Amino acid sequence: MPLPVHDTIPVQNNIPERKWQEVITPHNSLFTLNIKEIWSYRDLLLILMRRDIVAIYKQTILGPLWFVLQPLLTTITFVIVFARAARLSTMGLPPILFYLSGLVLWTYFSECIIRTSTFLKDSSPILSKVYFPRLIVPLSLILTNLVKFSIQLGLFFVIYLYYLFVQKTPVAPNGYALLLPVLILLVALLGLGSGMIISSLTTRYKDLAHLTTFGVQLLMFTSPVIFPLSSFGKGVYGLVIRANPMTGIIEAFRYAFLGKGELNWPLLGYDTLFIGVLLLVGILVFNSIEKSFVDSI
Amino acid sequence: MKEDILKVEGLSKMYKLGDINTGTLSHDLNRWWSRMRRKEDPYQKLAATNDRSAKSDNSYVWSLKDINFSVARGEVFGIVGKNGAGKSTLLKLLSKITKPTEGTISIDGRIGSLLEVGTGFHPDLSGRENIFLNGAILGMRKHEIKKRFDEIVDFSGIERYIDTPVKRYSSGMFVRLAFAVAAHLEPEILIIDEVLAVGDAEFQQKCLGKMREVSQQQGRTVFFVSHNMVAVRHLCTRALLLEQGRTSVIGSVDKVLEAYQIDQKDNENGIRNKVPDNGRGHFLSWQLEGQTPSDPHTCYSREDFFILFRFCALDTIAKCELNFRISSQDGTNILFVNSSDFFGGQFHLNPGEYQFRVRMNLPVSRGKYDLDAGLFASTWIDNWRPTTKLSVLDTFEGHGRDNSVALLNVITEFSIDHL
Repeated sequence: MPLPVHDTIPVQNNIPERKWQEVITPHNSLFTLNIKEIWSYRDLLLILMRRDIVAIYKQTILGPLWFVLQPLLTTITFVIVFARAARLSTMGLPPILFYLSGLVLWTYFSECIIRTSTFLKDSSPILSKVYFPRLIVPLSLILTNLVKFSIQLGLFFVIYLYYLFVQKTPVAPNGYALLLPVLILLVALLGLGSGMIISSLTTRYKDLAHLTTFGVQLLMFTSPVIFPLSSFGKGVYGLVIRANPMTGIIEAFRYAFLGKGELNWPLLGYDTLFIGVLLLVGILVFNSIEKSFVDSI
Repeated sequence: MKEDILKVEGLSKMYKLGDINTGTLSHDLNRWWSRMRRKEDPYQKLAATNDRSAKSDNSYVWSLKDINFSVARGEVFGIVGKNGAGKSTLLKLLSKITKPTEGTISIDGRIGSLLEVGTGFHPDLSGRENIFLNGAILGMRKHEIKKRFDEIVDFSGIERYIDTPVKRYSSGMFVRLAFAVAAHLEPEILIIDEVLAVGDAEFQQKCLGKMREVSQQQGRTVFFVSHNMVAVRHLCTRALLLEQGRTSVIGSVDKVLEAYQIDQKDNENGIRNKVPDNGRGHFLSWQLEGQTPSDPHTCYSREDFFILFRFCALDTIAKCELNFRISSQDGTNILFVNSSDFFGGQFHLNPGEYQFRVRMNLPVSRGKYDLDAGLFASTWIDNWRPTTKLSVLDTFEGHGRDNSVALLNVITEFSIDHL
């Protein structure tokens, strides 16, 4: 007996799979960065930044003046110790400008890394009670520090303009000054990447936190903050200094505004690559602990 | 049948007990090695059930094990259980604070949680600033908060202090503000854990009303965790009872609240173990009949039931009377009745087995009560203190508090007349 035609249509006995907006599973997605989710929390980012900045105003007598005093006093110390007493080369530049240009960038980097390296522990009271994209916290720290950095950069420019127009020092900026936003972005990403790695590891292995503060201090001596890159040859120490991703950035900054230093494209390329890889590793490590760190802090 | 908004399948969470940060590097490496060889986590096999009192040989424990349930849109779902049963762990998993060890949670909507009072409040900021901060932490956009700002302040009832730093707030004001922010959130699913424990009666009432409004009128789903059974009874449609990290009962609130009150470990059967061998007769067992709970020694407060005593007469016993006493755990007599009082209820027994039936009800608070039964025929024929206790459950319908210290549990109705 021939089958009726409609019997050839397959019977749909399996209910279509339900589409859920979100499924929580024990597995971490290691390589994804939920930009969309972070974007939906952008107001929290702004409020956290505002909170941190306001807190600085409210709690101290001098308030944001500290932002200026800190690099200024350090620079004066450097001038006395390294330029006057030890007679180290500043490439013929006014020592204040030389040290301040390096210090401003270095301070931003070290603040970023030190603050983000402990954020999981510092913010655990909130993080263990309520969910929001955890990356919001380090991002807010880096942006808050950017405000601080801008004030310090302002200080640098005030002194810079004084030398330029009053002292008539030949330190005119050149076209590479346009690279400044890129350099700042690189420093911020470097701080974010390393901060993410360290903070992820400190939730499990606590003593790393001590190492960070100390390590960043030591790291400064492998950067051209105190000595110009040109005072080292191609030897081992020169390589160590070049391996520091901040080296190319600081040198490029000095070259763009002070006309002395090295605008070393391969070195900048290396820095960018280094920072890119670091950031990727940071995201990887961070993703792997993001959903379970609450259990171990 | 409404559509499910959240579905939990095979959800489990394992924790390590004791000091988490020592020796984990070796455990981590061990775990990593077995994962590389596609083997099971060596520490998961060791994990014990979540029992606070039991001493465990290993340091891993299942805080939650194999939880399955789904919740429909607009439902108020209660989660009850003793301390340490895994309620908070479940909420932490639902709100994405930590991830499950096994299983999945499928969600269709945003989740906002109010796990602890004033989460994310910054003590130095004013109430106004904190509303924005807290709202943003809970996932709201600034314009959403702005739109609802007046409503939030109005609900919290702390308008005068809105520009004062919250560190100067009383704990009550703190809760008011925190609940107000969370209750005015947009998320489709709201998680509320023990907020009603703080705050005065008036505000509690307001919160309960708001939660009902949120679920019934706005069609949003609420997870409600509380030790206040009266609140659970009045708010929730369905509930989950957790016991040592496992699902004990899931279903209607009545069913869950009944199970919550019954001590599962108690498996007494009402039968007398040691009967006196000399004498003219003795009691054999007791049980209830016609009561709502399935357990034959448990009844609800105020409901009508029969209490049955079985008696074995070895001799002819003429003109005997049955009496029994119900007393609370501290020894206070609740009831003492004798069959011969007023009505002259005297019985004539021939050798054989008999069953006495007593119709009664007990409008007393929930708890366990001791029974005493005796048969008297000019002298005592038998006196029996059963080891099985009579359990009385609460329907949580009255005004009385759950942790009531009062003896009676009666439905009260309040009204007022202006004279």
